[in-house]
Amino acid sequence: MALTGLDIYKLLPKTNCKKCGRPTCLAFAMQLAQKKANLSDCPDVSEEAKKVLGAASAPPIKLVTVGTGAKKVEVGEENVLFRHEEKFYHPTGVAVTIHDDLNDADFNERLKRINSLKISRVGTEIEIDLIAIINKSNNAQKFTEAAKKVSSGSHLSIILSSASVENMKAALSACAEKRPLIHGANSGNCESMAALAKEKNCPMTVTAQTLEELADLTERAKKAGVEEIVLDVSGNNPKEVLQKLTKVRRAALKKNFRTLGFPMITFVCDDDPFHEISLASTYLVKYAGIVAVNVCEPWAIMPLLTARTNLFTDPQKPIQVEPRLYAVGDAKEDSPVLFTTNFSLTYYTVEGEVEASRIPAFILSVDTGGTSVLTAYSGDKLNDKAVAKAMADAKVETKVKHKKLIIPGLVAVMSGKLQETLGWEILVGPREASGLPSYLKTVWRA
Amino acid sequence: MELPNVADKWTGVVNEITLGATKDKGGSRQKTVTIGGSKSVPFMDFEGNPGRKPVIAMDVYDTSPDDWPETLTKPFSDVLNNPAQWAKKCVEQYGADLICLKLDGIHPDKGNKSAEEAVKTVKSILAAVGVPLIIWGCEDDEKDNEVMPKVSQAAKGENCLMGIVTQDNYKTLTATCLADGHAIITLSPVDINIAKQVNILVSEMDFPLNRIVMFQSTGALGYGLEYTYSIQERERLAALTGDKMMSMPVICDVGHEAWRTKEAKSNDSEVPQWGPREERGPMWEAITAIGLLQSGVDIIRMNHPKAVAAVKKCIDRLY
Repeated sequence: MALTGLDIYKLLPKTNCKKCGRPTCLAFAMQLAQKKANLSDCPDVSEEAKKVLGAASAPPIKLVTVGTGAKKVEVGEENVLFRHEEKFYHPTGVAVTIHDDLNDADFNERLKRINSLKISRVGTEIEIDLIAIINKSNNAQKFTEAAKKVSSGSHLSIILSSASVENMKAALSACAEKRPLIHGANSGNCESMAALAKEKNCPMTVTAQTLEELADLTERAKKAGVEEIVLDVSGNNPKEVLQKLTKVRRAALKKNFRTLGFPMITFVCDDDPFHEISLASTYLVKYAGIVAVNVCEPWAIMPLLTARTNLFTDPQKPIQVEPRLYAVGDAKEDSPVLFTTNFSLTYYTVEGEVEASRIPAFILSVDTGGTSVLTAYSGDKLNDKAVAKAMADAKVETKVKHKKLIIPGLVAVMSGKLQETLGWEILVGPREASGLPSYLKTVWRA
Repeated sequence: MELPNVADKWTGVVNEITLGATKDKGGSRQKTVTIGGSKSVPFMDFEGNPGRKPVIAMDVYDTSPDDWPETLTKPFSDVLNNPAQWAKKCVEQYGADLICLKLDGIHPDKGNKSAEEAVKTVKSILAAVGVPLIIWGCEDDEKDNEVMPKVSQAAKGENCLMGIVTQDNYKTLTATCLADGHAIITLSPVDINIAKQVNILVSEMDFPLNRIVMFQSTGALGYGLEYTYSIQERERLAALTGDKMMSMPVICDVGHEAWRTKEAKSNDSEVPQWGPREERGPMWEAITAIGLLQSGVDIIRMNHPKAVAAVKKCIDRLY
């Protein structure tokens, strides 16, 4: 179990020397307990303390890095079971498979399609992270060629999948510097695979039918000198896979069960892309560190990546849109101008309703630090000055010929002051965004 | 190696509610649907009874929707102007567990249909299908308070699920549902405290807690799904730890929200890089539902047959 601040304090020098940057040893101990400080900050700590604290302060789920450079994938080191308790830290890596038995033309075509799985939506670009090369041919040379092609022809990180140690060794010679994830260790070949992983300093997976066997395998891999391990919990029974994902996460976080304290990978395989992405999304939501799928169509990958974006946002931090003027539809100089806040949920609700009205319009998103209309108003982040500044920054007066501003009905009380400050006519819009279509169709048009 | 036992022990349970009434119970439904009953977090039956399987309610509108993209109107093109036939198609061809009649057409801005017309529509659907009915107002308080009591009375004894009530407007519908034997949906706008408040208000009118279904407003995939997800997850955990005012089953409005998004409805020519809308739209709807399922959902309102089929299959495989 995790040590308390007092447990840790007992192991420190208790000299209050301040060399760690904290006023006292106790203060330092408290921060260590909350994982807000590193033991290495204390220059005088004893070896014994290092040993005890090092083991206890290691994160319950090991961080594993696949790949190198900008597109490296970091998974693991999660602290909670439910995102509202804190947040999820390391977004699930999304992998798409490629088989090494494809002919050259098909292989290159698929590689090209996988490379281009970048999706731009609401102003941000999201993309997949990994290519899983599957040694379908069971042939070392083919596997190696595929690894070479992917290594030189893709910016994505690599998973090498083969249960043959020989083939894995060959393929690794082509791409070990990319730090691929070695997928193929099982109870029959664990030590040999681990030796490869250790030699090339690569992370590796372990695969077994049951969680008990998986725990045995992580011990064996660790004994062979491998630190970065990923648990393969793939299987044909989706219910069993989902339950394994939960059981492992709980064992690591609630029971501090170190032998399963690793991120997990699931390979999902279904001929129907709807079923494949349904399961991949399910596993992504509930604790998979990496999900690998076969389908490589943008319409199938986009929802999976979006689900990831949603789940891994920080629930304590309001999500913001860039405060600026947005044109919805073909907005022109006679189109209505509305303002709302830059809290993304608020903004997108308003945008959705304006779009639904089919009346082109400008929406000014006022910087309120990502808070909603009423919260911002009560906190004085939404006042006449904030709106005036946003109007000036976005040069609204150059975009439209009229001087009419539609304001949220919830802050109708601002009208007078706003009219005075801006010199614009203020129109009080509906209290709820859902009233916008009829408001625009009737009041604005009238 | 032996593993630690990670099954959580929960003391609470999600209320079980049966919707629909067969002949012997004073209605005319051929079958009923029971939801709730969960004593575990979703799909984790190793720690307790997972309760009833989540069910799909397909939406039927009392007026042909004017904002649906072609992908969505296509499967219903022959029935969009006939709610009874529309409902029949959903049940017989697309496997809907329930029908959710959305009375958009009574809204003052969307046709302003009369209570009599609404009653006629409800009766025609009750005659056309044998599954239980959800009846959802237009969310204009004044008009709902005028129409819903009449609709409720017309469906008396059928044990429908009626919605929605809010903390500002709950008295009329609550009293009506109590009198006519319907269950009720309480709405809160992604706010767990308001959710509790409206449940309390409704129960203070002597409405039984085990006849309430909660609705948190639904955020589509990419458009606030995570807010809905976490609120529902918190509600479910509260139910399992014994909070009686949070122990209601949960309904989501996935279809309507998913199909408002650009990702679902844009034409191929607008977003060629996103792939064909025939697949893209249903997939967006399906994954919105799939994501929310993990937070604890009992009824999912949906639209496209392809999305319905995918979600049903996923539920079956996980259950």
